[in-house]
Amino acid sequence: MHELSIAISMIDQVMEECVNRGGLAVEAVHMRLGVFAGVDKDALLFSYSLACEGTPLQGSRLVVETVPLLVYCPACKQERTPPSVYQICCPVCLTPTPDILTGREMEVESLEVAV
Amino acid sequence: MTTRMVEVRAKVMKQNDVLARSLRERFEQHNTCVIGLVSSPGSGKTAFLEKLLAGLARTHMVAALVGDLATENDAVRLLRATPNVKQITTGTICHLDASMVERALEEWDLKTINFLFIENVGNLVCPSSYDLGEELRFVLLSATEGEDKPLKYPTIFNSSDVAIITKMDMADAAEFDVASARRNIERVRPGMKIFEVSSKTGLGMEEVFGFLHAQLARSRISASIVEEVVQ
Repeated sequence: MHELSIAISMIDQVMEECVNRGGLAVEAVHMRLGVFAGVDKDALLFSYSLACEGTPLQGSRLVVETVPLLVYCPACKQERTPPSVYQICCPVCLTPTPDILTGREMEVESLEVAV
Repeated sequence: MTTRMVEVRAKVMKQNDVLARSLRERFEQHNTCVIGLVSSPGSGKTAFLEKLLAGLARTHMVAALVGDLATENDAVRLLRATPNVKQITTGTICHLDASMVERALEEWDLKTINFLFIENVGNLVCPSSYDLGEELRFVLLSATEGEDKPLKYPTIFNSSDVAIITKMDMADAAEFDVASARRNIERVRPGMKIFEVSSKTGLGMEEVFGFLHAQLARSRISASIVEEVVQ
């Protein structure tokens, strides 16, 4: 389980961001998480609340937007969603494609701060 | 309470990614070909690495970093092939990150190293999120593990560049269907280069050596292009 390490780096990053912007009271951290990022959403939510304890982010929420897996099919020349994460091919013509467009994201999108 | 949104748009792994990028630049500058090895525990990473180091050390300078939660056992094994071995013990951490690699490299002069191998902690989940600055990532799958491992752990197979099927000398005894394993690798990472090896008998190792020599030659060419551009 590496979600705790990831939560800790995310919290460090957010705290740095808050300092750089002259001090922000964060109510919620909004992030984008790809289904192919190798990180479990529930484990990350659990780790986040644990890792926030004793930091200025204690009590803040983590809001996760899930980003689907999208590939480019070279045969159909279209963006497609593969049948599953263990079958990286076009769902229509079944052409295998190594060209992954989205699904690996792990980004802090925005901070919801008290006015 | 009123709130407002402040846009950030930053990668969560930014700190690791920045460090990994600077490591990659250092490796390129020094013509060091760096290969990461990932697999589940017990799939034969260290045995494979022993063969790689022994084979390559005849003509090149080789080095290895080996990650484990505890013990120096792997480093002791690999020291038979080269003196340039360092064990990274992570304590309870289930993966290596770029800062661990950077620290471990502190006393080494990369200029003198042609091949550096970084053996990750045995784990098919967590290492996939951490770029270590390696040129290529090899994922190992042993004949005794079952053909469907790639389907069960698609993220690590998809984020790797080369698949090595190990323990092929035991394939018959384990009733391992290599064609099915190959199909499963192809399903999660279309076009992936696959080698079948036995570290015990040496089967398939020559092909891996050939691939690595070609890779080193390629890194040298790109390094000389970088040098020309800099000049």
